[in-house]
Amino acid sequence: MIEISNLSKKFGKLTVLDGLDLTIGKKGIFAILGPNGSGKTTLIKSILGMVIPDEGDIRLEGETVMGKWEYRNKINYLPQIANFPANLSVKELIEMVKNLRPKAANDKDLISLFDVAPFLDKKLGNLSGGTKQKVNIILTFMFESDLIILDEPTTGLDPISLIRLKEIIQREKDKGKTILITTHIMSFVEEVADEIVFLLDGNIYFKGSSTALKEQTGQMDLEHAIAKLIAKE
Amino acid sequence: MIKILKYSFFDLMRSRWSYVYFAFYLSLGFVLLFLNNDVNKAIITLMNIIIVLTPLIGTIFGVMYYYNSKEFTELLLAQPIKRNTIFMGQYLGISISLTLSLILGLGIPFLMYGLFMSTAIFDFSLLLLVGTLLNFIFVALAFNIALSNENRIKGFGYAILMWLFLAVIYDGVFLISLVMFNEYPLDKFALFSSLVNPIDLSRILILLKLDISALLGYTGAVFKKFFGTNLGLIISFLVMLLWILLPVWRIKRKLRRKDF
Repeated sequence: MIEISNLSKKFGKLTVLDGLDLTIGKKGIFAILGPNGSGKTTLIKSILGMVIPDEGDIRLEGETVMGKWEYRNKINYLPQIANFPANLSVKELIEMVKNLRPKAANDKDLISLFDVAPFLDKKLGNLSGGTKQKVNIILTFMFESDLIILDEPTTGLDPISLIRLKEIIQREKDKGKTILITTHIMSFVEEVADEIVFLLDGNIYFKGSSTALKEQTGQMDLEHAIAKLIAKE
Repeated sequence: MIKILKYSFFDLMRSRWSYVYFAFYLSLGFVLLFLNNDVNKAIITLMNIIIVLTPLIGTIFGVMYYYNSKEFTELLLAQPIKRNTIFMGQYLGISISLTLSLILGLGIPFLMYGLFMSTAIFDFSLLLLVGTLLNFIFVALAFNIALSNENRIKGFGYAILMWLFLAVIYDGVFLISLVMFNEYPLDKFALFSSLVNPIDLSRILILLKLDISALLGYTGAVFKKFFGTNLGLIISFLVMLLWILLPVWRIKRKLRRKDF
């Protein structure tokens, strides 16, 4: 249960979030969409306490998260760019994140699922972008949390890993988790998302299922429906 | 915080630059001792190098580490850890690993030369202490600059400028103002201006201990006259600590409103 009320954020003169209200009450997969610079990442980072909003309140399970940090133990977050300390090995990084969270972790299955075992002793600085993203995914999914936030999870993944990722997301959904995803890949949205939240100019422009969105815009596929939403402005 | 400190420390300890820095001090120590053949003279030469070089390295390492580990810091920020803890851990990690390079790099040649049998052991320890303080001061200043500048080129520029100003330009301006206003009583002014520059301050701190009047210079002499050797040592040491605390306090304050 996430309740966001009157959330506003300005970076200098640029208004990124403009009194945004959003309530996500159900379990399931929510795709947060919007053109570049519409405030998707700012919204996510506000929930995580990385961006400090100028105004508004964010509540998780009825409790405000402003100025707090313990609540982050209940959130799994996949950041947009996976860049780790170059001198640590994959194994050390996984151990470190496990060490930092007071929670049981299930990294073994994920390591074999994404075939990361051969890279465990390699330094992170020597890994390819795709492998780094796999490590990033392992770090995100190795904990059990009710809220999972994925910022561009598909970046750099090969087709097999992409299929695996979709399986994991589906599995987490079946466990009754709330999953927020931002992405620009519409086929991915159509495949996994239960609901679409469309951001434009720092506010919610549309919230509903992809079928409803297609009906509203009179388009056959999601890509064009979204394009039409953006162009309408 | 200890966990973050540990990882930052090990990350840095494995980087090539820590070894380059360590090797530099190691060879410097050996070269100075075997060319000088006199521990006391070697210490004075070392002082001149340390008070300029440790600030530079601390500044560059601090800024570089902050910008290079930005994305990783974001990963940490999403974990259930306080912001303060993350940055204080990183700050201590860098400062301690730099200090270790300094102490080991200089300590090994001096130990091999038979430092424990010489009377210079206290002077040498003071030198290392000043180097350590300078590391902590300039890494904190570098973090301040990096936190205030999103643009890394700008951040680097300001950091280098700060070093250049404190290490080189400040003395020049100070000297010119002394010459320009030499008709006025300048004791207080000179005293105050040496307190606001940690590099000047550490020079005075060491020279007061070494008790070499010829090298003390005008500020040092005023300092000595005003406070006496022992009080002068204590005061300059306390001000150096203040130079660590103030930037650290500002880091904490800045973190409260910072967006990542």
